[in-house]
Amino acid sequence: MKYSKEQTQALLLKIENSLREYLSKNKIQNPIIIGVHTGGTWIADWLQCKLGYEGKAASLNISFYRDDFSRAGVNPRVEPTEMPVSIDDKHIILVDDVLFTGRTTRAAINEIFDFGRPLTVTLVVLIERNGKELPISADIVGEKMQLENNKNVKLLGPDPLIIEIIDKDH
Amino acid sequence: MNDENKDLNNENKNNNIVSQKHLRHFLDIEYLPKSLILDILDLAESFAGVSGQPVKKVPLLRGKTIVNLFFEASTRTRTTFELAAKRLSADFLNINVDFSATKKGESLLDTLRNLEAMHCDMFIVRHPLSGAAEFISKNVSQNISVINAGDGRHAHPTQAMLDVFTIRKYFKDFKKIKVAIVGDILHSRVARSLIHALRILEVPDIRVIGPKTLLPNGIEHMGVTSYVDMDAGIKDCNVVIMLRLQNERMNSSFIPDEHEYYNLYGFTPDRLQLLSKNGIVMHPGPVNRGIEISSEVADGDRSVILQQVSNGIAVRMAILSLSMQPQPDN
Repeated sequence: MKYSKEQTQALLLKIENSLREYLSKNKIQNPIIIGVHTGGTWIADWLQCKLGYEGKAASLNISFYRDDFSRAGVNPRVEPTEMPVSIDDKHIILVDDVLFTGRTTRAAINEIFDFGRPLTVTLVVLIERNGKELPISADIVGEKMQLENNKNVKLLGPDPLIIEIIDKDH
Repeated sequence: MNDENKDLNNENKNNNIVSQKHLRHFLDIEYLPKSLILDILDLAESFAGVSGQPVKKVPLLRGKTIVNLFFEASTRTRTTFELAAKRLSADFLNINVDFSATKKGESLLDTLRNLEAMHCDMFIVRHPLSGAAEFISKNVSQNISVINAGDGRHAHPTQAMLDVFTIRKYFKDFKKIKVAIVGDILHSRVARSLIHALRILEVPDIRVIGPKTLLPNGIEHMGVTSYVDMDAGIKDCNVVIMLRLQNERMNSSFIPDEHEYYNLYGFTPDRLQLLSKNGIVMHPGPVNRGIEISSEVADGDRSVILQQVSNGIAVRMAILSLSMQPQPDN
């Protein structure tokens, strides 16, 4: 099942507005937006543009920080992490498409700390689905979803961005 | 060839790999599929960024134990393997084995048994005898990977991989370049591994250059063209790899004297003009200035010798990671 382009867009606008409110309420200026490769990077770039910040958002590839190397190994074709600015004492907006088990977010936070010591990290996700395995929650969520165990949700993109729910074996 | 340079064990050509996608050991390049070589180069590209991070480490091999087992002197290879392992967060042991106290047979096997008892996951082996790494790979437990860091005159596959990685930084398409390897081809494990790598990557023009005494008989069967005239050999080449004279492996006189060798085969500044416009000069080290290369060339803007050293870390990180991956039969 696919969301329409408009339905996905509505969720993107929702997280954009929530983020604006959050930044204003917490008096955060010029945060660093970091997307988790691949879907999170697309959303991070979109937010970067919408919030009027120059350039592209930073992009994290957490492949070398995963906790399942001894089971799954490593994919030889890993898009490099792009962290163009120092993150020391900065507010980080960490963006991902889907929050599921929390393992990707754990890996992303570990990787961020290898680049410096940020002041705060705020997690923004388009979809938060059931199946949490770690004590990690998002600060801003587009939509919360209850899915059966055999279903996966993912983001297609980068243009247009479309949410898709598929069978795990697909 | 001396007895000590005969291959110890060479019947299983594909002991390196368990499938077209999975590396088991890394012993030689000769029988590796092109796809796996490209996987190593691509992964090394991803690891190259780690050295630029404030924390130069990723946690990929946390909890693994890697042992450097060097039976022969080394600076670059030993330290870049150590750095590669440490940048992958592996625990690392550097064992300096006194060559004079260690020979093939019982004593080597005893060393291995002792190290196995320490629950190590990988041995990185350098040994003066050809075939030593393969011999070790066949005498260790199933769960241990063996990486060949140079065995006698046989192979130095990680050096060849970092050389082709460096070449790809300058020339994206291997099918369009001319590469020359100059010097002591006869005693060079680097040359042998590099020729295999270049051939698998479909480099159309591979040349070896040196005095007849330092070119192995029948080297043309490896898919290369041999030259005794250096100027003719390096003409229009995109890449020239200089090798040092391996005096420690020579058991008789192969050249009249070093001064004459430098005149005939030394890379002097005037020879740079013979290369293609963007041609580069490489050397696996250690460099013997004034014998195979002049300081002006070694330190000049066409030289990528120090980049080879830096690239060695990323390439070795890739090889360590791919060899440590879960195997499909596990």
